[in-house]
Amino acid sequence: MKLTGAQILLKTLKDEGVDTIFGYPGGCVIDIYDELLRSDLRHIFVRHEQGAIHAADGYARASGRVGVCLVTSGPGATNTITGIANAFMDSIPVVIITGQVPSHLIGNDAFQEVDIVGITRPCTKHNYLVNSTEELAQTIKEAFFIASSGRPGPVLVDIPKNVVQNTIEYKAPKTVKLRSYNPTYNPNMKQLHKVVELIREAKRPIIFAGGGVLLSKAARELTELARKTQIPVTTSLMGMGAFPGSDPLCMGMIGMHGTYRANTSSGKCDLMIAVGVRFDDRVTGKTDTFTPHAKIVHIDIDPTSIRKNIPVAVPVVGDCKITLTHLNKLLDETDLSDVQKKRKIWLDQIEDWKKTQPFAYQQGAVIKPQYVVEKLYELTRGDAIISTEVGQNQMWAAQYYHFDNPQHLLTSGGLGAMGFGLPAAIGAQIAFPDKLVVDIAGDASIQMNIQEMATAVQYCLPVKIVILNNGFLGMVRQWQEFFYEKRYACTLVEHAPDFVKLAEAYGAVGLRAQKPEEVEAVLREGLFSPKTVIMDFVIEREECVYPMVPAGAPITEMLLV
Amino acid sequence: MTAEKHVLSILVDNQPGVLSRIAGLFSGRGYNIESLCVAETTEPLVSRITIVTKANTLGIEQINKQLNKLINVIKVHELTGTAYVEREMALIKVKAKPENRAEILRIVDIFRCKVVDVGLEHYTIEITGDEGKLAAIMSLLKPIGIKEIAKTGIIALYREPK
Repeated sequence: MKLTGAQILLKTLKDEGVDTIFGYPGGCVIDIYDELLRSDLRHIFVRHEQGAIHAADGYARASGRVGVCLVTSGPGATNTITGIANAFMDSIPVVIITGQVPSHLIGNDAFQEVDIVGITRPCTKHNYLVNSTEELAQTIKEAFFIASSGRPGPVLVDIPKNVVQNTIEYKAPKTVKLRSYNPTYNPNMKQLHKVVELIREAKRPIIFAGGGVLLSKAARELTELARKTQIPVTTSLMGMGAFPGSDPLCMGMIGMHGTYRANTSSGKCDLMIAVGVRFDDRVTGKTDTFTPHAKIVHIDIDPTSIRKNIPVAVPVVGDCKITLTHLNKLLDETDLSDVQKKRKIWLDQIEDWKKTQPFAYQQGAVIKPQYVVEKLYELTRGDAIISTEVGQNQMWAAQYYHFDNPQHLLTSGGLGAMGFGLPAAIGAQIAFPDKLVVDIAGDASIQMNIQEMATAVQYCLPVKIVILNNGFLGMVRQWQEFFYEKRYACTLVEHAPDFVKLAEAYGAVGLRAQKPEEVEAVLREGLFSPKTVIMDFVIEREECVYPMVPAGAPITEMLLV
Repeated sequence: MTAEKHVLSILVDNQPGVLSRIAGLFSGRGYNIESLCVAETTEPLVSRITIVTKANTLGIEQINKQLNKLINVIKVHELTGTAYVEREMALIKVKAKPENRAEILRIVDIFRCKVVDVGLEHYTIEITGDEGKLAAIMSLLKPIGIKEIAKTGIIALYREPK
């Protein structure tokens, strides 16, 4: 069968199970787009390549499948860098296909030529330049294999124009086998026996769950472990939903803006079982004072995560789901009858911290952002997929929306990329057309990819955008208030568009609430509308996110309300 | 923890860009390359990279793991702490005034190296050995006057058990 490179590319994508591509055309991918016209692959035309990669990322986070993004060479490719770095930091499986100038022009500074493989080497899990049409199918197959196996991540495939134009005799790609790449999925059982012993001995244990639990789809196994052993659970921002937020054993998020009980318990615990985490500095604060009394068990598929930032007593390299399944089985063979009684003092202590130091805010005449998120949680019964932008809006979303299910919070955790929320919500809505998808945004970050409103409206995606509008770059302002004597250098957003009119200009619905009593009505109208909606909540301008641990301080030393 | 010298022998896919991935890993993560040698092995699809780096215990553990994480890295051997042979080659162009020529040839003889180029005012010496041997000849030739030097960096292989 004779096929062109473009036909081979689309065929291979379909064979990999791809149904949707997020992209933006250009000169070096024009042949691929021409072929797309005759394909049943769905293409979502975004308005900026950064939107394409974030949308593919949001699609991947929500669905657990590989997200695909297609852009042209040069500026098309460089516009995806932020999104690639974002997916890399959060280990999201995305395949990025970039057009490249024809092979004979590479290195000549041709029109719209950049060395995208060179540029993205440090922010992709792996990347490829395809040298010939013969290599194309195998390379795409490898890219999907690498992106979705082991610790997932973005893989970029750069395809010169002549490679997609050439016609060759098509040969189906072989099963991928890379002798240099063999992730360890199965844990060392000897280590797991040690873990069981530690769980039996521990008086004040906690579980710390991260994004790795969600990536390996191990939320059920983690929940089983926690309930069986009566160990309270805290999660990182990336791990929210790994354990039901409404479960009595859930302590909420740990770290810079974590709950009092999560942070305080980390200072007191004698055992921490860390699953699918990488001990980011926003979690640990000052590393030498992190969990001073605890033995740490660290379960992760990536050996580099272990002992990178924090010394570990029992390292376990393995897939979270497989490891937790084995661990649960071992625990089933262990006598845990006294566990309820043994944990009582510890769990009572945590309950007491919860009662004395809850998340709190004072309702006044002006709308409080926390109130908006609380109401949103109430009205959606915790069932919406929430994407966030970055900053205060992100932290309030994490604190006041309780995630009972995995893959319901889409947030830029590692990179902290403003402008992620709207395109990510679009990607999630494409993956789940019938789900309610809400982007919790700030007035500054929403403007970083606001052009994607057009994408949402064009494809009739009923994405809801909740803007917590304080007229500031809120989180930086908060730092300036706390640590720079309120010198608000360039954090005041002196001019912003009228978001209601802007929504209307895009053909969406625009709503606004200015008083607390209007919040519920606006949310009801917005959430139940079948259209794309921006809800603009004019909030208390200098509201802060509490608790806060100053950067580099021990996480047990929190600034409280 | 003090930083110590480590010799890493790394087998990698022999493809364009692989060296850049490894060099980028070192620079991006703040590790340090003291010397670097790359060449094809008997298997044309595989190259061996020998890197000398300085790191403390935790640092070298991370370097090892991070290198292993690269898709094109097939195997990382840490040679330091094991039995291995290391060699380095240098070409040393030394000033050779008539009154020094005999002395230089004596040194060449003692170190069992070779003169590979002779001029009216210089000798170019080829020497192979471990770091210590090269340092020793250098310290002897320095007072005479070294004009230029080119060194390969270390190559190394672990010793097979006897």
